[in-house]
Amino acid sequence: MLAKRIIPCLDVRHGKVVKGVNFEGVKDVGDPVACAAEYNRQGADEIVFYDIVASHEGRGTFLDVVRETAKQVFVPLTVGGGISTVEDMRETLRAGADKISINSSAVKNPKLISEGAEVFGSQCIVVGIDAKRNGKGGYSVYANGGRIDMQVDLLEWVQEIERRGAGEICLNSIDTDGVRGGFDLEMLKDVCSRVRIPVIASGGAGKLGDFATVFEQTDATAALAASLFHFGELTIPQVKDDCRSKGILIR
Amino acid sequence: MIAVIDYGAGNLFSVCNALKYLNITHEITKDVDVIHRADAVILPGVGAFPAAMESLRQTGLIGTIRENATKKPLLGICLGMQMLFDRSDENGICDGLGLISGEVHRIPSKRVIIPHMGWNELVITQDFPLLSNIEKPVFTYFVHSYQAFCEDRNIIAYCDYDGKVPALVTDGKFVFGAQFHPEKSGEKGLQMLRNFEELAR
Repeated sequence: MLAKRIIPCLDVRHGKVVKGVNFEGVKDVGDPVACAAEYNRQGADEIVFYDIVASHEGRGTFLDVVRETAKQVFVPLTVGGGISTVEDMRETLRAGADKISINSSAVKNPKLISEGAEVFGSQCIVVGIDAKRNGKGGYSVYANGGRIDMQVDLLEWVQEIERRGAGEICLNSIDTDGVRGGFDLEMLKDVCSRVRIPVIASGGAGKLGDFATVFEQTDATAALAASLFHFGELTIPQVKDDCRSKGILIR
Repeated sequence: MIAVIDYGAGNLFSVCNALKYLNITHEITKDVDVIHRADAVILPGVGAFPAAMESLRQTGLIGTIRENATKKPLLGICLGMQMLFDRSDENGICDGLGLISGEVHRIPSKRVIIPHMGWNELVITQDFPLLSNIEKPVFTYFVHSYQAFCEDRNIIAYCDYDGKVPALVTDGKFVFGAQFHPEKSGEKGLQMLRNFEELAR
């Protein structure tokens, strides 16, 4: 059966990794290509690039980063940020991405999911979600990096995402993101019970055991983290060894 | 030199990125002479079976590929692997290249998610040079909804996805097919491409 995946995410702004990545042996800590290559070497199962500025002018620089990375990284590459049309998707896939991640643009225009899936196949379309508890026992979906409450119910949204043919969901909990107290197990369980497509856990990883816990307690098929890996607090091999030692199937 | 068949396959460039990275001499081609001159041939492929067979037919290379497959190593990747078989029923029945006997049908299990996408472990059933210098466990990256059905003697490795999915197949001579993407399967996938080049020598 499929191995659980460990995925590092690199936020890129103007062709540079945001805040930089603290790796031994990587001289330019801001070079996204070098950072991705290092993650590839460490055994990352997939790498995510996120264009956080996503301005029209910066698009070319960002796609250059994708193009260069695809020459050196031989695991699947997922690319997101600023993708709002099928044409954007095509351009990004042509630059060497294996999957496209859409978030706010999908909430604002759900048809984009079905159009993308139809043209490029479900396996290419990842829908990212930023969600937060609404104080009434449910969760709301947010757009624009968690700034705008879209008044959309999370559990209805995930079912629509699946119905529209997305291949995967990447679920980021705003409640646990940055807190470092572990992934949002409750939210993940609620989402995983509503859909059959794979769900990637995001937001909240703070220590080694958090990864094994999310796999033991939820049906998430992958776990994503950013700063934890960037600052060298944990390496991908450490996380994988810990999961393996707890009997989780890991590459 | 390895000839990489250019018929519009989606993974052509990622396959070539990997060959370039490995310093393996290759040419992206639809030229009959280049294929005759090549030491080995790679047939990439992503998408739907009939559309890909039709694109391949339009290059006029089917006869050339069949002829060369009897005298030099040929590696089909993903849909390129499925096209090595006799036929598929994806979107209607369509003949393949008929280089390995067997058929291609949708992954039958109702209990697992289709497409089969992610890292799965190879169960190696035959010792082949294509798997030299690769330490077990071997996880490779799969993305597909259809799978081959063929005899065990044509299977070098399979993976389990609520059923046996042929992952690495051969005609026992020159023809090889990988259902997974070696160009996306990390260091072990790259080693398989190096091994394939070795076969071509």
